[in-house]
Amino acid sequence: MSKHHVTTTINGEPAEYLCEAQQTMLDVLRDELGLTGSKEGCSSGDCGACTIICDGNIVCSCLMLGVEAEGRDITTIEGIARGDELHPVQQKFLEHAALQCGFCTPGLIVAAKALLDTTLNPTEEEARYWLAGNLCRCTGYDKILRAVMDAASVMRAEAGR
Amino acid sequence: MSYLDKAALKVVGTRPIRPDGVDKVIGRASFGADMTMPGMLWGKVKRSPHAHARITKIDTSKAEKLNGVLAVVTAADFPNIPNEEAFVGEGPMNFRDLSRNCMARDKALYDGHAVAAVAATSSAIAEEAVDLIEVEYEVLPHVIDVEEAMADGAPLLHDDMFTQGIEPKPEKPSNVAKRITFTKGDIAKGFAEAELVIERKYSTQPVHQAYIEPHACVVSYGSDGQCTVFSSSQGQFMVRAYCAKLLGIDMANIRAIPAEIGGGFGGKTLVYLEPVALALSKKCGRPVKLVMSREEVFRGTGPAAGGVIEVKIGAKKSGRIVAAELVLKYQAGAFAGSPVGPGCMCAFAMYDLDNVHITGYDVVSNRPKVAAYRAPGAPNSSYGVESCVDELARELGIDPLALREMNAARDGTKTPYGPTLVNVGYIPTLEAAKNHEHYKTKLGPNQGRGVASGFWFNIGGESSASVHVNEDGTVAVVEGNPDIGGSRASMAMMAAEVLGIPYEKVRPVVGDTASIGFTFLTGGSRVTFATGMAVTQAAEKVVEQLKSRAAAIWDISPEAVEWKDGKAFPAGSNAGSFEPLSLADIAVKSGRTGGPITAEVSINAQGAGPGFATHICDVEVDRETGHVKILRYTAVQDVGRAIHPSYVEGQMQGGVTQGIGWALNEEYIYDKNGRLDNPGFLDYRVPVASDLPMIETVMVEVPNPRHPFGARGVGEVPIVPPMAAVANAIADAIGTRMRDLPMSPPKIRAALDEQEPPRLAAE
Repeated sequence: MSKHHVTTTINGEPAEYLCEAQQTMLDVLRDELGLTGSKEGCSSGDCGACTIICDGNIVCSCLMLGVEAEGRDITTIEGIARGDELHPVQQKFLEHAALQCGFCTPGLIVAAKALLDTTLNPTEEEARYWLAGNLCRCTGYDKILRAVMDAASVMRAEAGR
Repeated sequence: MSYLDKAALKVVGTRPIRPDGVDKVIGRASFGADMTMPGMLWGKVKRSPHAHARITKIDTSKAEKLNGVLAVVTAADFPNIPNEEAFVGEGPMNFRDLSRNCMARDKALYDGHAVAAVAATSSAIAEEAVDLIEVEYEVLPHVIDVEEAMADGAPLLHDDMFTQGIEPKPEKPSNVAKRITFTKGDIAKGFAEAELVIERKYSTQPVHQAYIEPHACVVSYGSDGQCTVFSSSQGQFMVRAYCAKLLGIDMANIRAIPAEIGGGFGGKTLVYLEPVALALSKKCGRPVKLVMSREEVFRGTGPAAGGVIEVKIGAKKSGRIVAAELVLKYQAGAFAGSPVGPGCMCAFAMYDLDNVHITGYDVVSNRPKVAAYRAPGAPNSSYGVESCVDELARELGIDPLALREMNAARDGTKTPYGPTLVNVGYIPTLEAAKNHEHYKTKLGPNQGRGVASGFWFNIGGESSASVHVNEDGTVAVVEGNPDIGGSRASMAMMAAEVLGIPYEKVRPVVGDTASIGFTFLTGGSRVTFATGMAVTQAAEKVVEQLKSRAAAIWDISPEAVEWKDGKAFPAGSNAGSFEPLSLADIAVKSGRTGGPITAEVSINAQGAGPGFATHICDVEVDRETGHVKILRYTAVQDVGRAIHPSYVEGQMQGGVTQGIGWALNEEYIYDKNGRLDNPGFLDYRVPVASDLPMIETVMVEVPNPRHPFGARGVGEVPIVPPMAAVANAIADAIGTRMRDLPMSPPKIRAALDEQEPPRLAAE
């Protein structure tokens, strides 16, 4: 079985890899590219721990094939920080203690970042529904929502400057 | 030393960013499945499709011949472990049972029971190989329900199981592993005095801990017998002990390295994969990675026990409870060891009662062996008791918080299981709930409010910690407990407080089994209490050394040195006049004043103060769909002293949410063949963000004098009250009492239909 050659962009950098037809994007990220920040919690698209951004849309990378990344623009948790500076969502997750075990955190941060790319004025209810595909078993979501809403307010202030 | 004066604290009680935080928000933290080793193979476990079957033959030859397969193991590759009570893990455990749970021997006892495993050069080949293993089964009758398992003539899981706790020893084997009883006072006399008796039967379903990280490990069994086990667990020393025992390896030859753990809640206090991976690695001489799929987690690992709770309470019309009787029938899964003991002990522990009788049954059935889950045993029994107390309050027309306060445990209350309670913070939680604005708000149509309380012992136990002063004046803290919810922050904060240095100067790490003294696993809400005590004592020893070094530099007696705000001072004018020496000043000179400054402390911590909680829940019931919406939730808890308040709140909010899931949605659904029908997050529905409001928290602080900072365990008691709080709120909203969990839409709809039978369209 020959492997497929894929040329794509991951976290703003050109990337090339070989993968088998049945390998998921999550498998490629974790096992071929060493990007283990995206987590496998279910491999059925139900938990969101593997959330990435593909061409601006959030995707469960366990439901996407590695070959489908050809020519696309992929962002993973490893590409969310702005260089050495944390993204406001990441910073607010820390300040609000919005993580306990931290396993769902990468997916939640990617999903929340995508929300704030869409709107800087989400209501709490909108944020709750946006994040409903990302399971967290530790926190009860309270501090996660506070972190996301606070990050939105920081980014609104930044945008207004 | 004691640091109970809150006003004097500089670090403890603040909310700094956790030391491992950045790793976890940028994707750098290394969890169980994130590790690789050179030459590593991929393992896969083959599991029984039958709920109960005799294994008559396993043919592995086809799998072994598949290109890329390097090892196949079955029970024949493991020592046949004799019946022996285990000394590790949380709750009752037996080495033979655990061995057979990791790899079925003779019989498969539940759908998903491991029967063989392979290691191959890729995960795809490993999966293919698993399908090539041929297992012949003689399918046996099975039993899933707890009361059916107890009935005469039920299919027996274990021919050699005779109910313990019954005299004389029964002649026939049974699925009831054990009967236990607790008695206080005279129950018959108590009921004779009662003016009102309420007798009810409630039930709960087994639910999964549902940590988002599936079990995972990477292991290496070297040709020299040296083993490395990197895995996600609640205790690296637990992993080492089980692997040593189950495979016959000396503990010294196993180094167990704790990965970051992606949630456990009790479910990672035992092993499933590590011994299997070691057996595979031994057979082929290569490192092996084993990771479960979510389906394997649901089918093959321990849910929490569910069960039947029969409660009978007798009271005076004043509300004073004069007699309380309880029968618990708990699911243990395929092997003995449900948490029915703690279930019995916690059930009435909130109350000061004279006449109590409790009976508990530990019952096996063809389900996965249960594992601990947050306050194991207590949520079930408390759900029954706190629902029944609510029914009593409604019957008597007494406010449910007032009824609880009238009967509340207080200092000097003797529990039904023996000990007398001290420093009890229960009544303060009732007072805080009663005075909370939430309790006074008005409710709308189809809305209801429920309250419930909970108790959990909290434990101490064996803990080790070391504190090392680095040459530049920074400090390393090494502890033995995997950090599951921010405990490293608490350890660093306590060390910083004692040393008088900024929190940021202290770097805590979780050591492997060769790097720190034995430490009992992360469980029982023990880490901040017990390991925090060890860290505090180690830091105090370091302070003594720092004082001695300053004394040596100044050439005065160590008794003449005082440590304050991270600096050595001469203690008064008689000691001489010297410029203060900071920790960093002393550290840089340590090589010339006696060598490295370091201390390790190993203790068996005693005096964990119990935790009490009282919760208020508002719901709204959609009469059309039967959906229950949680409108508002307030959790009040005695936390002793909140070391890092954000992570204490987080424990409370997380426990509440898990309890809401248990109350409303979560259950295992089996088909008629005993196969699990919902082994995935789509059909096993845990609460998601859009299901919930903010979870309000009220931390009551009744310091535990047995801990230097007054800490109590906080992680478990918050899951105890929610099921009854939700149930009581639903009863308030719809006027019908629901007694069987989960209170899912179909059940609510059925209850509403009973109130008002649906009219046919033709009518």
